[in-house]
Amino acid sequence: MKIVVAGEKKEVAEGLTVAALIEQEKVETPEYVTVSVNEEFVDQGVFESRVLNDGDEIEFLYFMGGGR
Amino acid sequence: MIRLKQEDYEKIVAHAKAELPDEACGLIAGLADGEDKKVEKVYLLTNVDHSNEHFTLDPKEQLAAIKDMRANGLKPLGNWHSHPESPSRPSEEDKRLAYDSRASYLILSLMDREQPVLNSFRIRDLISEKEELIIE
Repeated sequence: MKIVVAGEKKEVAEGLTVAALIEQEKVETPEYVTVSVNEEFVDQGVFESRVLNDGDEIEFLYFMGGGR
Repeated sequence: MIRLKQEDYEKIVAHAKAELPDEACGLIAGLADGEDKKVEKVYLLTNVDHSNEHFTLDPKEQLAAIKDMRANGLKPLGNWHSHPESPSRPSEEDKRLAYDSRASYLILSLMDREQPVLNSFRIRDLISEKEELIIE
């Protein structure tokens, strides 16, 4: 199936989960990554079970914050 | 070295002052050639912490900004935030939460409301290093 990851079209295996995609994409410091699928944020607790579908658009966002 | 347009600097200062007493924050995007960066666009985002001691970028606005950068051929260069009551240098929390060693972290101090101070830093393994910032 075809998905779009950070604006790039990719061919991936059917049944790929968000967690597997994070591993496949070698995402750095995945514990601080927020994932959106079709502009909806996916809860970290369901990365393992959330299966991606053909045509999904995925973005990885890094937490950005700080304090004085 | 990172270059920032005067008008973008003023945009950051105006937004940071408008958000007082809270910290203000946003993203910077532009072009990079090795260590030379040029900011082409500044994004003013919501601090979802609404605090004068902490900031967290609104993830939805962050997503929209990333898409806008891509649509305009710009690269994410880093972020900026204000320190309403403290100097322009990364706090321990800023360093701890800086996950991207390639990013520029711009910090605007508003300790002296009439004389804002903006500096840029690179942060790696909890160590910050000042980066030359040219406002032109």
